[in-house]
Amino acid sequence: MIKLTNIHKSYSTEFTNLHVLKGIDLHIKQGEFVSIMGSSGSGKSTLLNILGILDGYDEGEYYLNGNLIKNNSQVEAAGYRNNLIGFVFQSFNLLGFKTAKENVALPLYYQKVPRKERQERALEYLEQVGLREWADHFPNQMSGGQQQRVAIARALISNPKVLLADEPTGALDSKTSEDVMNIFKEVNDQGITIIIVTHEQEVAEKTNRIIRVSDGNIISTDVKQNSHI
Amino acid sequence: MFDRDKWQEIFSTISKNKLRTFLTSLGVFWGIFMLIFLLGMGKGLENGVYKDFDFKATNIMYVNTYKTSIPYNGYKAGRYIRMTTDDLEAVKQNIAEVDKIAPRNDIGARAINYGEKRAEYSVRGEGTELINLESNTLKEGRFINQKDLDESRKVVAIGTTVKEILFGEEEAIGKHVLISGVDFQVIGIYGPLRKKEWTKRDMESVTIPLTTLDKTFGAGNKIDWFICSAKPGTSVSVMEDKVRALIKERHHVAPSDAQAINGFNLEKQYKQITALFLGIKLFLWFVGIGTLIAGIVGVSNIMLIIVKERTKEIGIRKALGATPGSIINMILTESVFITALSGYLGLVFATFIIGGLDKIMEMNDLSPENFYNPEVNLSVGIGAIVTLIIAGVIAGLIPALQAARVNPVIALKDE
Repeated sequence: MIKLTNIHKSYSTEFTNLHVLKGIDLHIKQGEFVSIMGSSGSGKSTLLNILGILDGYDEGEYYLNGNLIKNNSQVEAAGYRNNLIGFVFQSFNLLGFKTAKENVALPLYYQKVPRKERQERALEYLEQVGLREWADHFPNQMSGGQQQRVAIARALISNPKVLLADEPTGALDSKTSEDVMNIFKEVNDQGITIIIVTHEQEVAEKTNRIIRVSDGNIISTDVKQNSHI
Repeated sequence: MFDRDKWQEIFSTISKNKLRTFLTSLGVFWGIFMLIFLLGMGKGLENGVYKDFDFKATNIMYVNTYKTSIPYNGYKAGRYIRMTTDDLEAVKQNIAEVDKIAPRNDIGARAINYGEKRAEYSVRGEGTELINLESNTLKEGRFINQKDLDESRKVVAIGTTVKEILFGEEEAIGKHVLISGVDFQVIGIYGPLRKKEWTKRDMESVTIPLTTLDKTFGAGNKIDWFICSAKPGTSVSVMEDKVRALIKERHHVAPSDAQAINGFNLEKQYKQITALFLGIKLFLWFVGIGTLIAGIVGVSNIMLIIVKERTKEIGIRKALGATPGSIINMILTESVFITALSGYLGLVFATFIIGGLDKIMEMNDLSPENFYNPEVNLSVGIGAIVTLIIAGVIAGLIPALQAARVNPVIALKDE
């Protein structure tokens, strides 16, 4: 599903050259439920941005679903993001002037799905995250947990192969965090690959594999057995 | 083009920032308003001047005579030149460009009697054509025809003032009047197209066939002046030179004599006025377009701010799969919408004001010097709309490209 070979990435400013990723090798199979952990500045967010084709890399190779993702045009990148990847963000990133239903339907708009079908599918996915009754509410009328569930529904509506979540529980209390993680679990059970970036140990332990990143390198990839929590 | 989501987004951004949108639109509104208003006023000025320039034809020239200024061929200077109908015949025979010739001989005021009423009006002899070339128009009955000329009939067409004074409300056509004691039948009434100070002379005159004038009042084939019209496709100015040269030759006037044979060519004047108004129009376009550009820069500026404000939203859209093209399309549509709508309002408002002005002038019968019937052409309106749409695209282009360049990684960074 995802195959990274010797990925290097550095940011240059006028005075410094910051080497953020120093040769990442990573293989994530279809249907895996993975977390990426690391302290801030470890390069985990950069890694996620590269996985989400929001950012490029300098060296190495990245295959997503069999496609080499390298130096793509903006239009190609938009197409991959639209069809293969779903994003969930820490601050939800819903559009404030759109209702829950419209927010969920937005990715389908860029797939040129007819309006009526968009609405129907949006309601379906809201149902899946338990928010069908909230379809016509605006984000500022909902709690953080609800907003994140709307964001998950939006990430899922385009039927992605991979769900990328950047600190999805960072802005939530522990109870709602657990709800959200349960939803991720359900989604993973449907066969969708999930990659969560987090610095919370409890969140990481809900996943099946923890990848630890430090100083631009992967230092461990523990495959967890279901034995302990 | 019509896409509910897109419009929904445009309306939501507009309604979230009503004051800002209003101020933005004001620039374009004012720009188009000024452009249309200025052009309408310019048109009023133009119409006002052309109204005074009221000849039925513009491809005509006048020929009249004065005294010679240079001795020539044994003739002394200071000799008055008198043209006769023979000159007309010669012009007609020798100059190919000449289409119609319309002479006039005015023998001055004569007593005119109708029953008990008596007045003095100037008596003119004419052919059939002058009424078709000059600013007079037939109000009733008919004008002199070829048969009148051939048979030297005693018929007369009278000016509107003559009709009022002698006949009042009474029917004049077919009645008989005495001119210097000679019996004439009234065949028509003529008057100027529009009343002016100098058209009084026409209204206070009577016109009889030139041949009748010669025979009855002994005018001896003399004419005061004549008008020549040029055949379609030929130059009046070329014809003017030929006609003057011919008349000079026939009357032994030095070719270099500038004052003895006068020509007056409408084409030249008409061209001058046309050029003047072209200049005025260009100037008005320049000013109007300048104002419009200021408005466009305003829209562009505000769109840049909008894009900046929506950086995060644009980042989200890109993460969800929006292509740069769809982002550009979104910003451009918004820009075109704001400019087109506000510009259209400006267009309507300006047209309304100009139309109102025209109506008020018409209702109160106001006719100031050199101003008449301000108007906006359909073509100017259409031109303005096209300009607006192009303006909207230009105004939105830089902000839209800016939006397309938004980097989602940076846009989505949590503060």
